[in-house]
Amino acid sequence: MAEGIKDKVAIIGMGCTKFGELWNKSGEDLIVDAFKECIEDAGIEKKDINAAWFGVHFEEQSVGKGATPLSLTLKLPFIPVTRTENFCATGTEAFRGACYGVASGAYDIALALGVEKLKDTGYGGLPGGANLLGTKSALINPRLTAPGAFAMMATRYFSVYGLNPEEGKRMLAKVSVKSHYNGARNPKAHLRREVTEEQIVMAPIIAWPLGLFDCCGVSDGSAAAIVTRADMAKKFRKDPVRVKALQIALSSGEELMYTKWDGAHVETTYRGGIQAYKEAGVKNPREEISMAEVHDCFSITEAVTMEDLQFSPRGKVKEDIESGRFNHDGAQPIQPDGGLKCFGHPIGASGLRMLYEMYKQLQGKAQLPERQIKNPKLGLTHNLGGFPPMNIVSIAIVGL
Amino acid sequence: MVGIKSYGAYIPRYRMNHSTIFGAVGFLGTFPAPGESAVANYDEDSLTMAVAAGIDCINGLRREAVDGLYLATTSQPYMVRQNSALIATALDLSAHIRTADFIGSAKSGTTALLSALDTVKGEGAGNILVCASDCRLSRPGSSQESLYGDAAASLLVGSDDVIATFEGAYSVSYDFPDRWRASGEKFEHAWEDRFIRDSGYGPFIQEVISGLLKKYNLNIKEFAKIAYPGIYAREHGAVAKQLGADPGQLQDTLLSTVGDTGSASPLMMLVAALEDAKPGDRILVTSFGNGGDALFFRVTDRIKGAAGKRAVKKHLAAKKDLASYEKYLAFRNLAPMDLGMRGELRVRTPMSALFRERKEVLSLVGSKCKKCGTPQYPYQRVCVNPDCGAIDQMEDYRFSDKRAAIFTYTGDNLAASIDPPLVYGLVDFEGGGRYWFDFTDCDLDSVKVGMPVEMTFRSRYVDESSGVHGYSWKATPIRA
Repeated sequence: MAEGIKDKVAIIGMGCTKFGELWNKSGEDLIVDAFKECIEDAGIEKKDINAAWFGVHFEEQSVGKGATPLSLTLKLPFIPVTRTENFCATGTEAFRGACYGVASGAYDIALALGVEKLKDTGYGGLPGGANLLGTKSALINPRLTAPGAFAMMATRYFSVYGLNPEEGKRMLAKVSVKSHYNGARNPKAHLRREVTEEQIVMAPIIAWPLGLFDCCGVSDGSAAAIVTRADMAKKFRKDPVRVKALQIALSSGEELMYTKWDGAHVETTYRGGIQAYKEAGVKNPREEISMAEVHDCFSITEAVTMEDLQFSPRGKVKEDIESGRFNHDGAQPIQPDGGLKCFGHPIGASGLRMLYEMYKQLQGKAQLPERQIKNPKLGLTHNLGGFPPMNIVSIAIVGL
Repeated sequence: MVGIKSYGAYIPRYRMNHSTIFGAVGFLGTFPAPGESAVANYDEDSLTMAVAAGIDCINGLRREAVDGLYLATTSQPYMVRQNSALIATALDLSAHIRTADFIGSAKSGTTALLSALDTVKGEGAGNILVCASDCRLSRPGSSQESLYGDAAASLLVGSDDVIATFEGAYSVSYDFPDRWRASGEKFEHAWEDRFIRDSGYGPFIQEVISGLLKKYNLNIKEFAKIAYPGIYAREHGAVAKQLGADPGQLQDTLLSTVGDTGSASPLMMLVAALEDAKPGDRILVTSFGNGGDALFFRVTDRIKGAAGKRAVKKHLAAKKDLASYEKYLAFRNLAPMDLGMRGELRVRTPMSALFRERKEVLSLVGSKCKKCGTPQYPYQRVCVNPDCGAIDQMEDYRFSDKRAAIFTYTGDNLAASIDPPLVYGLVDFEGGGRYWFDFTDCDLDSVKVGMPVEMTFRSRYVDESSGVHGYSWKATPIRA
């Protein structure tokens, strides 16, 4: 019987760059910036690192394929470096690799670093690419974009739960109001401006029914973590953050090609959540998970994720959104750093950026007093890569 | 007896009123006749319309029974790569058939039909599907612009169970330089209208019909309907008068409702005549273009069973006015639109993959699990039903003729499109199967979850850098 990862690995250092449209920073610059903060935080030197995992998704206009961009940029001295790529779960996959590396006993200290340089495309949104889903898909699939793919989940959610477009859009607007509030208070966030529900509802439509403020930032950035075996962690610092669960769940094809999926939730998040709670020993996620950074690539994604992670009952997230449960001062703060929505979303870095926020909050070091969540016990991070009917979900739970 | 077994047609949804054209380019001196023309959507061409007409014609019949496909057009997307073979693939016909493109003249529609009838008569094939389709590009402001319309007609020719028997034909051929387009040219050239009318249109139609009457010892009054193109409205009536026909015998030319549809024109009129025909009726159909062909048919009792096609009538009725001339120019790529840098991204079409996956891409054929009966698209080797999961227990399953319901949708303003927003979504097929497709011929405001849709073969892209016309299937609200 597999034991799982709980309490076998601890994070002893993290780094995260400011996210944004960083016209003067290359992907390599971002790697160095995140790495510097990370090893200073861990109090180690480069030579102490035994192995590294490197996450980057859109390699073509970022830093290139393979793991050499990391080894060459940081001048890593002939140690093993592995590149991970799993859509938006890329950063968390790098972290998973590093955790399993030290948990196995193969290494004492491992680095996980994710980066994405998105703003060299010349246009808004994510880089296009007809072959994103393979040669055959390029010949038969609709010419969908990420906003369109997730907008279809909003259409479906409104239909299944009987919300008219006005009610649905107002529910989603409140999700973004909260994230903008949090992002405005975070010096490292990409979008640092509060917006009103009216502004959000009146914004131009990107993909019906999603408007501009329902979509997350497209950003450049990098984040990194140093992990070690839990029993060694206290040698490096007094407040290491322990890994409680690491799960990943992938679509089986039944959402897209079979006819049972309701289209108003993400099956992988639900299944991955169950596995993660089992691994971490969480019985009641609504009560036990103190805070979370979830994959709010679009407002609708955050809304259904609340239900899929069992923070809200099925079909009832609207009530929790309206009551302020997920606000910074609510019972279960979500996206305390602004989320993908406002902190930004450089694909390969996002999973590690989320862990960075949980790590700092657990240590009581959320930069500014008004950003600090009181006495958090467990933090959860969640990435959703791909599209609602075919995707990869990663979930991590961390605690002191 | 050899004859016509079934008919079908396709008229695109958009119509452009001639006054719209006049309002935009009237300063150039053209003064169009009243009426409107059928205008292909941005994702349609002569090939996609031929497929649509073919579907209308053979829907409900066994595809395996079709053992030939002849295409007639003057606006074929490909000069090399047989257009009829591509259409046959889209229609999921057998590979063991005869295919041919009849091109180069507006009379190619009747010539293809005549050749199919002769092929069947000569026992070269049992059943041949003839598709005549035209979607001709005309120079903005030219007289062709308001004259031409886009449409396709289709006839299934065979030797049993015919709805109309083939009775005879007569042809004339002249190197008549009324219109021409050299290889590599985009637009047609035309000589003076009065020359075309007086030296070609009037004399040729009289000559070919008189030849037919003489050859078969017929009287013009014996025909219930006489169909020939009406590109010159006044001359159209004058020809009939000179032949001794009554105006009541003349089949409507569709000139003011669809336009001059080139190769398709005489067959569109024939299909329209068959829609109203009674057993025993004799129908005469004649083309005009470098001479002409005259064919005549006698309608059988089986015509009563031919109802239920969309053909000309239903397609005529289901329409939407295209009020923007600028949009029309964008549809035809006559005013190149900025698709943004996102729209510039193009991956070279992998021809080897296209051929390997042709059933899925062009025929919309997926698989059906022999163990649990689940239809799935695209073709899966491992069954997608989580309670089954059988490996390599699949048989081919065609989705192109299945209706579906919209499961969900969006209207995407970020995706590159010359007619934004790009509407797409997931659909659930009747009988099982779900997948996502682009939608077409629909307005975002009218799309609803649960709305019934059908599948339509459309142009996916034209990659001018490599000369590739890419096609795939889209979902569209049930037309009629």
